[in-house]
Amino acid sequence: MGIADLSFWAFAITLITGGLFTVVARNPVHSVLWLILSFLSAAGLFVLIGAEFVAMLLIIVYVGAVAVLFLFVVMMLDVDFAALKAEMATYVPVAGLIGIVLLMQLGIAFGNWQFSEGIEGRLGNPTPSLDVAHNTQALGLILYDRYFLLFQLAGLILLVAMVGAIVLTLRHRVDVKRQDVVAQMMRDPKKAMELKDVKPGQGL
Amino acid sequence: MDGFFSTTAGLGLIIVAQCLLVIGFVMVSLLFLVYGDRKIWAAVQMRRGPNVVGVFGLLQTVADALKYVVKEVVVPAGADRTVFMLAPLTSFVLAMLAWAVIPFNDTWVLSDINVAILFVFAVSSLEVYGVIMGGWASNSKYPFLGSLRSAAQMISYEVSIGLIIVGVIISTGSLNFGDIVRAQDGDFGLFNWYWLPHFPMVFLFFISCLAETNRPPFDLPEAESELVAGYQVEYSSTPFLLFMAGEYIAIFLMCALISLLFFGGWLSPIPGLPDGALWMVAKMAFFFFLFAMVKAIVPRYRYDQLMRLGWKVFLPMSLAWVVIVAFLAKFEVLGGFWARWAIGG
Repeated sequence: MGIADLSFWAFAITLITGGLFTVVARNPVHSVLWLILSFLSAAGLFVLIGAEFVAMLLIIVYVGAVAVLFLFVVMMLDVDFAALKAEMATYVPVAGLIGIVLLMQLGIAFGNWQFSEGIEGRLGNPTPSLDVAHNTQALGLILYDRYFLLFQLAGLILLVAMVGAIVLTLRHRVDVKRQDVVAQMMRDPKKAMELKDVKPGQGL
Repeated sequence: MDGFFSTTAGLGLIIVAQCLLVIGFVMVSLLFLVYGDRKIWAAVQMRRGPNVVGVFGLLQTVADALKYVVKEVVVPAGADRTVFMLAPLTSFVLAMLAWAVIPFNDTWVLSDINVAILFVFAVSSLEVYGVIMGGWASNSKYPFLGSLRSAAQMISYEVSIGLIIVGVIISTGSLNFGDIVRAQDGDFGLFNWYWLPHFPMVFLFFISCLAETNRPPFDLPEAESELVAGYQVEYSSTPFLLFMAGEYIAIFLMCALISLLFFGGWLSPIPGLPDGALWMVAKMAFFFFLFAMVKAIVPRYRYDQLMRLGWKVFLPMSLAWVVIVAFLAKFEVLGGFWARWAIGG
């Protein structure tokens, strides 16, 4: 067993353990920390299959930004854990039923799984070989050349969602004092403070 | 002997030795950086600074570190013990991790990966976790407020750091530090470096680095006049030492990053003089001097001013610069001044 195999098993086991504890951890903050651990292991797996650019993006976007905001929100929530646990018991039957239905649907979907023609060739070469292009370049070509329109449309949808969220939450209150930065910067220093000329080595 | 070093065990041994060398370099520089920081600060304020332990007080940091280590670790009663101890470790290990891809000379690098600059960016974006975890696990008001401030601050300034880096990447056409530095090589010494084509961004990057590493004037997460010491309030002994060391290593890393991206890394500023690791170390030391001077000279920002600067000034400017650089590089203005890939640099 080589180093690559060993790392694969290490990352895979960490990923699944992280995922498991995300669900079963009692404290929501611990859940988010476990989730971050599983994101990191997933990035490790991406590195192992040679997709280092995607791995770094996963860390920068999901761990560095999205999970920080998760943690931010979860930390500030004032949750009563005991009440939450008691409430959970009443929902277990319904949750179990939904779980079983989902499992059956997955079973049906994978039971009819069929492979298209020539799948082995495509699986073997997900990106062009490294002599032609780095996978950063390959990804750039696909996103900005081949699927240019779809990529831009996806960006537009995100922009609309962002504007929507801001419009929904923006509330301009008139009864609070505000900082007017421009007025502060335009203020005349002569009226605000007195300057003393301090000789070096002497002090005031 | 040659046979042994080409086996798996031998290669592993070499890699471990190289890692230890880099860690040793960073830790030893750390000792003198903390000392230098205090001396520069003292000189600006017309004080003597540390001058008792060792010649000129050079061993002051060693004595301080020893003192921290032998003190008692105090864990607050309501604290989450595991996360409380994990936070300083995270902070220290992540700060150390990024050095794996920093080159000190041509090919003097632990791991010469294609996405090196993204790796550094990813690791520095993870550093916020040490602060958040520390603040939350202390289960106390001031640390919590400090960590919330820090999370918002670090995410805000990461955005502009990322966009400034994109400009450099467009000019180079590669994410590898070696390629970025080699693209700055030329006949005119320091006038070939990226500080000239990316002139306004050098200042933005430097200021964003100050904010990203929680250095004064942006040290609001630990503003002592408001939050005592922010997320570090409940920490004592070795955990505090780790936080402190992590912070300084992150600052030193940012100095290395500025030297590599804008000031030609190991390249010599004067044509004719040989390139080498000494230039790199000298540049890093110079930028650390600037960091220390800023700490001594500039008064602390207010939090709303900090957020305004990040989102309303730096973000639009760096975003506009990305578009401008893309234009200048695409049409090879000034004979490929902004497009080093085009002139084979």
